[in-house]
Amino acid sequence: MRIENFELLSTLLKQRSGLVLTKDKAYLLETRLMPVARKYNLANLDQICDAVRTRQDSAMIADITDVMMSCGTHFFRDKKPFDLFSTKVLPRLRAARADTKKIRLWCAACSSGQEPYSLAMLIKEAQETLGGWQIEILATDLSEGILAKAKAGIYSQFEVQRGLPIRMLIKYFRQNGDKWHMDSGIRSMVDFKPFNLLEHPRALGQFDVILCRNVLTYFDQPTKAKTLSHMSDVLAKDGILYLGLSETVRGVSEEFKPVPDMRGLYQHADADL
Amino acid sequence: MKTCLIVDDSRVIRMVARKILEDLGFDVTEAENGQIALDMCQKSLPDGILLDWVMPVMDGMEFLKRLRALPNGSATKVVFCTTETDVGRIREAIANGADEYIMKPFDSEIVQSKFMQVGLI
Repeated sequence: MRIENFELLSTLLKQRSGLVLTKDKAYLLETRLMPVARKYNLANLDQICDAVRTRQDSAMIADITDVMMSCGTHFFRDKKPFDLFSTKVLPRLRAARADTKKIRLWCAACSSGQEPYSLAMLIKEAQETLGGWQIEILATDLSEGILAKAKAGIYSQFEVQRGLPIRMLIKYFRQNGDKWHMDSGIRSMVDFKPFNLLEHPRALGQFDVILCRNVLTYFDQPTKAKTLSHMSDVLAKDGILYLGLSETVRGVSEEFKPVPDMRGLYQHADADL
Repeated sequence: MKTCLIVDDSRVIRMVARKILEDLGFDVTEAENGQIALDMCQKSLPDGILLDWVMPVMDGMEFLKRLRALPNGSATKVVFCTTETDVGRIREAIANGADEYIMKPFDSEIVQSKFMQVGLI
């Protein structure tokens, strides 16, 4: 691929999604964009770039962004943060929101849906203590294609075996050949919407918990700082922000600080949970 | 170092599973059917067992029932690993004391995930 074409694609991705593509990751363009080239009857990446320049085809540009932003996820990823949700975060919110009986959760980059459905299953497991509560799970992603898969709630045998306890699989999924269909009751607990993290989320309302895990790692420092600042604006004063276990706010944002003894969980810098 | 017994009549499956479990830090032993596995468990119980279902001599379900009847036999974590993917079979395995369940084919990420679920990692 010609150098000017690498620069075209990396600029396009940065502008549309915040994704920073360094030259050492150029191989990802080859592996991920060839199916897009075939879809549009183009022979190679240089032809894709020519088409981007001349046609400004919004569907093709959306496809390019989608395949480059897609990343693997699974149910209860890393396990411990979800254990903490059940044992610490949810009980704390139950006490703090006893007057309104309303909790709002936001999965900010939900990909194919495993993260919000993991939360929904945990809430369902805790339903005996949450009778009469209104719990909203908003799940957003930039890619409408991946959101369609998430909404469908249909997973392969491989997908349901990564992180999902077997008892939850047989309790909340229906087997259909080699596919597993998420229970409609769990699916109805999650509201999926397209959203670009480069935008301000104020229109989405305020949240008690925000999960933005393993996303910031793809952004440059200014974009990370801006995204965290936006999240600070829409997180309740006593709310919790979840980041990926390999991510940190240190050196990026002074608006958050870690929750002691809860790896991956952050609170407002002036909060004391 | 935690110990894990692989019970499977396929030499290839045992070889693949051994590599995965050794990479996860387990001291691994092998048995090619339930009877051999039971004899081994009567001498020394491992921390975990990766258990096939359909095997000659003694199948995985019969082995599981006999394992759970051994003194302290409930302490060992058992992860079924089988081509049996029907929900009814999964329920049967859990009812008889299986802690987790892998539907073949599997990869290292699935094995790691399931062993994490049962607290062996």
